[in-house]
Order: sequence, then structure tokens, then C-alpha cells
Amino acid sequence: MSAPSSLRQPLALRLTSAGFLVFWCIVATFPLFWITVMSFKSPVDAFAANPLHVILGPETRAGGDGLSIMDVVAGVAVLILAVRLATGALPRAVARYSPQGRLWLGWIVGALLFALATLVVVLWILPLLLTLLDPWVGFLGEPLVGLTWEHYRAVWWENAFYRNFLNSLLVTAGVVSISLTVGTLAGFALARSGSNLAFWLLIIALVFRALPHSVLVTGYLPPFINSAELLRPILGEFAPTLYGQPWAVIVVLVSINQPFTIWMLRSFFQSIPTELDEAARVDGCTHFEAFRRVIMPVMWPGVITTGLFSFLLAYNDYLVTSLLLDAQNQTMVPAIASYFNRETTTTDQVEAVAAAVSITAPLFVLVMVFQRQIVSGLTAGAVKG
Amino acid sequence: MKFKTFAAFVAPSLILMLVFIAAPLVSVLWQSFHLTQTVYETVEVETCTPGFVTQTCVLETRSRPVLDEAGQPMTETRFVGLEAYRNVLEPARAGAALRAGRLGELLNIDFYKALRFTLTFTILTLPLVLGVGLALALAVNNAISLIRGPVIFLSLLPFIITPVIGALSIRWLFVGDGILTRLLEWWLARDIAMFAQGWTIELLMLFYRVWHVAPFAFVIFYAGLQTVNMDTLESATIDGASRFERLRYVIVPHLMPLIIFVSLIHLMDSYRVFEEIVGFRSQAHVISLQWLTYDFLTPDDAGNRAVSRASASSMLTMIGIVILLIPLLRRTWRDHRRSSR
Repeated sequence: MSAPSSLRQPLALRLTSAGFLVFWCIVATFPLFWITVMSFKSPVDAFAANPLHVILGPETRAGGDGLSIMDVVAGVAVLILAVRLATGALPRAVARYSPQGRLWLGWIVGALLFALATLVVVLWILPLLLTLLDPWVGFLGEPLVGLTWEHYRAVWWENAFYRNFLNSLLVTAGVVSISLTVGTLAGFALARSGSNLAFWLLIIALVFRALPHSVLVTGYLPPFINSAELLRPILGEFAPTLYGQPWAVIVVLVSINQPFTIWMLRSFFQSIPTELDEAARVDGCTHFEAFRRVIMPVMWPGVITTGLFSFLLAYNDYLVTSLLLDAQNQTMVPAIASYFNRETTTTDQVEAVAAAVSITAPLFVLVMVFQRQIVSGLTAGAVKG
Repeated sequence: MKFKTFAAFVAPSLILMLVFIAAPLVSVLWQSFHLTQTVYETVEVETCTPGFVTQTCVLETRSRPVLDEAGQPMTETRFVGLEAYRNVLEPARAGAALRAGRLGELLNIDFYKALRFTLTFTILTLPLVLGVGLALALAVNNAISLIRGPVIFLSLLPFIITPVIGALSIRWLFVGDGILTRLLEWWLARDIAMFAQGWTIELLMLFYRVWHVAPFAFVIFYAGLQTVNMDTLESATIDGASRFERLRYVIVPHLMPLIIFVSLIHLMDSYRVFEEIVGFRSQAHVISLQWLTYDFLTPDDAGNRAVSRASASSMLTMIGIVILLIPLLRRTWRDHRRSSR
């Protein structure tokens, strides 16, 4: 896009705006970058007064943990290889081995296997090889930058953070799949019906969206704790105590998220021409068949985008999960609160930092892969509605 | 679409919302007027200890929970009227403080403290978020297209990060031996403790919220800027409008619906401010309305949850939301009537 000459900008303005952008990029990323660096250093380095000490980690290096030039070279090579495989060989393998018509299933299995293989290579095989090789290559094998995985090992292995990770995985997977199933049905009907009833449903959903979650949790908590007694007349012996059950939390999060989901899906459905399902209806489909066979196949971008936002809600939630789940099956974000309570020594603090970085890493990958969908999701609600 | 089909499609979603959003609201309203307590009975117990000649016997009254057949402590629920609201609002103390004209004392009461913070926080962050978002959108729109993608990518990071973790990451930069505290201390040549008093924590919270939400405003404004009519801009230039006047009279009016949209979403969300309190661990100095409810719901040392007070404070929080929503609902209703006529 070339602007007309009258709209060209003077140099000073361009410099200011470029400077502002650079400043913003630094502000936006610095906290995350810094805690990532901190999580790899020994406590003395992580809270050192000199920023260079935090980055280079002399104490960590003195403790025998560090990256040599060769480690860096090998690591970068493996990463490049992984990215090339992910963009080249992986899609081909998925396309070939997926069962007919179930490409998404192939992608899920493929992505999981690939992530697992990468983790095994990066965390286990590569360090093993490098510790064997480092003494043989002279100064190239000397540690240069201090770096230690110790805190991650402490968090994930000794404090059993993987249990919280599995709980998070369960809750987010449940929330995303159920809220999309329920939400697409409702969103489709709301987009296609111009009746007053549809309008009022949307308005009520809007009001529900504004409710503070603590208000709703206040409503859930007493019935959930006593649910075994309350439900006994209906379910008899099998009446469960809903408090502390991951699936109860899934249903709660799905419902809380429902207003937002149907608004967003509705705006995506509206962008699909009505002629499409009318044609399907003329060919003899019922409404549901038209929805399933004709509309859904072209709805994938909208479904993926809405799924991302459902994922974020479930993954980032602190309030609902910390009140409705007990300590045994806590998800990751509330579990990090247990670190605050004993954040007394600097080692504890750095372990908390490592846990926080572990929670952020999947989100980072998510933005990398789905940047376009996130942006389209943000603008879909605003520009059309 | 026939009503029956419509109902079938909407039913699952509607049932979920009714059972898990509407029903809890009713139950909160009910709970706020009722108090559930363990039933205690006072019993006289005679304890005797062997003495020199006779036994020394002491008669004392003790209270102990009444047990039901299953051996569980019995609870009873009774109607208490506005007592829970009185416990939250503390009208006697608040009135005394107001009459004496000591605002500080009023703000020592948890509810007013939370209300004060929630409102100032909501009002202060709004212009900052809009301003930073608009500035970013204009700056990115100016930049060459090569760097737009990376800038959007970096900007999305603070938006997408778990709120508690985002607040923590900023907290770790400013804790006693955090890197930015050290920098400030070196620069100002004095000791700094960012988490020892309320106002510095509030400053950090404001910063965190703008950092977290400005990307959202930015992305939306940036999308809006793509549809600005270039001809209007050019003709404004020919008419002699300066750069600022073009921004003021062409671009901002064009973005107005989006600005209203972002403001509304932001008002709703920042009224619910909660994660900052957890991340910055500021409960000793600064609390918010939603945190107040959360605190009532968290079991205390004896394992009791103050459900009735939590319900009362929830209902009071809701009043704020309703006030916030009324203008929006009226506007939507008018638009709907106009479009359906």
C-alpha cells in the first residue's frame, strides 16, 4: 500500500513512532524474558544485583552447570531440525497415515508423538551425548554461560508438578471439546434465526458474561459440598460429592464460558452465506444434517479460534479451580499458590519462577502456531458486532 | 427456522446457562439472607479429681456440637435477614467514621477499602488502555509491513499469558532483590521497598493491567485502521487539516464504535479485578471486591467458610455490574428496535 505523497510523514514522526514500537516490544517481553532467564540460574545468580550476572550466571557455571559453545551449536542444530521436521515431514506423515476423513485425529496423534519425541531428544539424549563429548573438544567444550535444569527437575519431579499438569490437561481438554459441541449448535441457531427470542437470548448471555466469577462460585460452593445429600433422593447410592471433582469443574467452566462462546461462534456463522444451508435444505437435508455436513466443514477456522479462547479461559483460570478443587487434584495455576506460602528461601523463589515459566511455555507455543486465529478471533467480535 | 428446531439447537447451551449461571444467582440471593451454622448444645459436665478426704468436683458448662445419627455434627439454617449485609457493610462503624469526617477510618473497613480500589482501578486503567492501544495501532500502521507480524506476535504475549503468572512475573522484577528494584535504588540512590506500602503496589497493578490489556485494544484498533477511508483522509489534507486534526476528526470518529466496544469490555473486566491481588500478594494493603468474596469463601483456620457473608458481598458486587450494564443494554435495545422496525 503506497500512501499518497500528501500523507507522507516527516522523519521526526517516523522516528518517534519507531522508537515507541521498540520501547513497547521491550516492555511487552522483558518480564517474561527475564523470568525465563532467572529460572535457569542458581538462586545466587537469579537474584544478583548485576544484570550481567543473571544472564551469564557465573555462580551457576562454577557449580558445574553450563552451556559450552558446542552445546549451543548442537542445541540450535537440533532445534532447526525439529522445526524443519514439523513443517515438512510431519504434515506429510499425517496426511499419509491418517484414517480416511479423520485428518484432525491424525494431527492430534502426530503432534503429541512429535512433541514427546522432541522432549526426549532435547532433555535426555542430547545432554547425555554432550556430557560425553564435551571433554574431547577442548575449549569448545568449556562451559561459557551458566545454565541449570535443577529447578525444573525439582518442580516437575520432586514436587510432582506433572500431576497438576495432567489435571490441567484433563480440565482444558474437557472444557474445549464440550463447550465447542454445545456452543456451535447454539451459535448456528442464533445466527440463522432473526426472531426476538434469539435476540433476548443473546442479551441475557451478554449480561451473564459480565458477572464476576466469584458470585457464581459463591452459588456453587455450598450445593457442591453437600451434593451427595442433595442428590441422594434422585441418584440413590451413587450420588457423588461434586466438590473436588474435575468433571464438575469442567461443566462449570463450560457454562461460565458459554455466553462468550455463543457470541463469538454466532458472528463466525453469520459470515457464512445463508444460501449454503438453503441449498442443502433444498437437496433434502434436515437442519441438523445441513449443519453437520455442509456448514461445519467450512466453519473450521471459526471453531479453531473459539476453541483457542475456551482453552485460554480454562487454562488461565485461578478463581474457580482453586475454590472448587481440593489440593489432591489441583490444576497448574492454583498449584503455584502453594509456592507462595513457602516462598521463604531464594531456592523456593526460583523454583516458583521455574513453575511459572513451565505454565507459560505452552501458551508461547500457542501464540506462535495460532497467531492469525487469535487476531481474527479478537477482531471478529468487535468489527462485526 | 421453526421454533422447534431452534429450541432443539439452543437447548443444551441454554440448560447449561440456566443450571450453572441463573440458578446459582438465585441461590446466592437466598444464601445472603440465611446463615448455616453447626448446632451447639450446652451441657453441664461434672469433673471429679481425687482429693485428700473427699473428691474435688467441679461443675462446668461446656458447649459441644450436637451429633446426628450418623455421628456428623448437625447444622441448622435460619433466616437472619440483613445480618450478613450488616456484617459486610458495618454501617455503625462506617457511620461513625463518616460523622467524624475521617475518611481513612472508613477505608479501613474491608468492604469500602475493596470498593475504593476497584473503582479507582477501573477508572484509571481505562484511558491508559485506550491511549496505549491507539498509539500502538497508529505506530504499527506506520511501520513497514515487514515488522508488523513480529510486533503483533510480541504484543500478544502479555495478553495471552495467565493473569496470575503475568502479575507474578512483574512482581519478581520488583521484589526486594529484583532486578528493577536494584536499578531504581541505584538510580535514585535510596532504599526502595515496592511491596511495603499500598500506593506503590497499586502503581504496579495499574502497570500490569495496562500491559496485559493494551494489546487487545491495539489489535482491535489496528483492524479498524485498515478500513479508514483513504479518500476522506486525503481530502481532509487538501482542506488543510494538520496531522493531529486528521487524527481527531477523521480517524477517531471512524474508530468510535470500536473504542466504545473496548471500553465496555474493559470496564466489565477491570471491575472484576482479582488476579492482581493474588499475584502481587497485596491482601494486606490492597483488596478488590471480587477478592473480598473469594476471601470469605476460602476456609479459615477452623475450616469454616463464611458463605453467608460471601453471598452478601457478591450481591453488593452485582449491583455495580448492573449499574455498569444499564447504559449498554438500553443502547442495544434501541438499536434492535430500530433495526427490526
